Amino acid sequence: MNNDMNKTMPLEKAVARFVKTGSHISIGGFTLNRNPMAAVYEIIRQKIKDLHLYAHSNGTGLDELIGAGCVSKLEIAYGGNGKAAPTCIRFARAVQNNEILFEDYSNYMMSLRFMAGAMGVPFLPTLSGLGSDMLTTWGFSESMRRSDPKIVDSKLAVVDNPFGNWGGARKVVAVPAINPDVTIIHVQQADAMGTCRIQGLTFADVEQVKASRHVIVTCEQLVEKPVLRQHPDMNQIPFIHVTAVCHVPFGGYPTAVYGHYDYDAQYLKRFAKAARDEAAFRAYQDRFVFGVKSHEQFLEKVGKDRLAAIAADPKTGYSVNMKRD
Amino acid sequence: MDTSYTPKEIMTIMAAREIKNGDIVFSGTGISMLAAMAAKKINAPDSVIFFETGAMDSLLEEIPFAVADPRIMYWAAANSSLTDAFATMQNRITGDRVIAILGAAQIDRYGNLNTTCIGDYFSPDIRFSGSGGGCDVASFVPRCIAFMQHETRKFVKHLDYLTSPGQLTGNGAREKAGLRPGGVSLVVTNLGVMRFATDTGQMYLDQYYPGTTPGMILENTGFDMDVSRAAPADPPTPAELKILRENCDPQRLILGPA
Repeated sequence: MNNDMNKTMPLEKAVARFVKTGSHISIGGFTLNRNPMAAVYEIIRQKIKDLHLYAHSNGTGLDELIGAGCVSKLEIAYGGNGKAAPTCIRFARAVQNNEILFEDYSNYMMSLRFMAGAMGVPFLPTLSGLGSDMLTTWGFSESMRRSDPKIVDSKLAVVDNPFGNWGGARKVVAVPAINPDVTIIHVQQADAMGTCRIQGLTFADVEQVKASRHVIVTCEQLVEKPVLRQHPDMNQIPFIHVTAVCHVPFGGYPTAVYGHYDYDAQYLKRFAKAARDEAAFRAYQDRFVFGVKSHEQFLEKVGKDRLAAIAADPKTGYSVNMKRD
Repeated sequence: MDTSYTPKEIMTIMAAREIKNGDIVFSGTGISMLAAMAAKKINAPDSVIFFETGAMDSLLEEIPFAVADPRIMYWAAANSSLTDAFATMQNRITGDRVIAILGAAQIDRYGNLNTTCIGDYFSPDIRFSGSGGGCDVASFVPRCIAFMQHETRKFVKHLDYLTSPGQLTGNGAREKAGLRPGGVSLVVTNLGVMRFATDTGQMYLDQYYPGTTPGMILENTGFDMDVSRAAPADPPTPAELKILRENCDPQRLILGPA
């Protein structure tokens, strides 16, 4: 039942209640934009392991979770973190060292899979990937699939167009629906019931949210209901889909939140450097993740100067002339 | 003005020339975005740049470093979503006007691309970011430009993983697989420009840059390639270089040192 008037709760509590060992999860945003980073760090601090992560293009959040050893299975289209790490470093290492089970899809396939989950249909059709190795190379074995009721028995299926050549296609790729146990997104504004307003690109957040059993929303601003209800055309997610609302200013940091702050290019660069070395990476997470009790403490450690340097210009929504190399 | 140019500069101009006025240009970041910006400022003022994340006709006052960079969200005609961006490519009205710019770790003679891994899929020597929207674009878009470094280890007989379909095994295999015509139609490298024969689907050398020869290009290609149709490329003009340097990337964030 998602109609409670007040779903606000501390982030620690929301993560502890809805993200469990072995949960199938997805996180919102895209590469270095609007990742629910406060929640990602909280998952790592609570040492929640064996997660099954569904990702289209993930970046910062994905690499922190994989680096911390929280992910055991991954269905993914892209792991990259902008200029600092065109391929996510901990992701690449985990694959190269056989530390996780993984399976490749495209961005459109993953977006359609979330959409199918949101629509309650078993699959959606696309022409993407015909003739590619995505169809024939399964990351998860047939026996592993059959032994796990939460994983579909086959990866992708090419099926004949039941309408002949209608639409100019004789066959299509059926991409199976995803229904995560929990999706976590970070948005600019939410009210206590969970209605959300996202500024800028929504990526696939809306589909991910509507496909999920539980949804944790972290928000820059917790606003009164009338603020959102006066302009409902600007809202993307109605409260019925949302389970918990956590007010976490700078909850997307170090990724960008349009209209509020830019990505922290320096932080991402330092993270990429640490990620290349095992000891340096442990030291990094010990200091910035395990060495703090909350996102607020993390931000104190990052310092006011960094946050001021990435503050968004009100006109453009990003930090103009910010040093980014 | 200095009329000599760097490999990145000639590559950017060669790709920009392929973009026609009125094209809807699907762009990634880096040199592909620069080529799209250069085309708009040189030869295709009414072209429109869009991104897989859903931003259409962004102003791009500052060069974005990722397709989710907030810089692509400012002054766009619309900020939508992934499913919407991929629908634009397949839309039977707008889709035919789309031209895409891609990059890859490996390409074969049929223009198939690998952006997934080098070595075995399960225990790769090098793991890359993966398809992202690359497979979708190569599946849907009628004309795609691929930027590559011209080396035998990148121009290979057999891809380690076929991420994004080109002409598959050639001779109409793409259509037999159920795809619409499309995939990589132009390859731009640091040595020359390649296209694909309409009947066989095989790559051939179309143009070689000043300072290179067809023989030199063959030496850097890991498969046989028809060079009989090759002609010397027209180098970037002073006017093209001026616009590229002064109006597209004045800080040389992507072009790098002159």
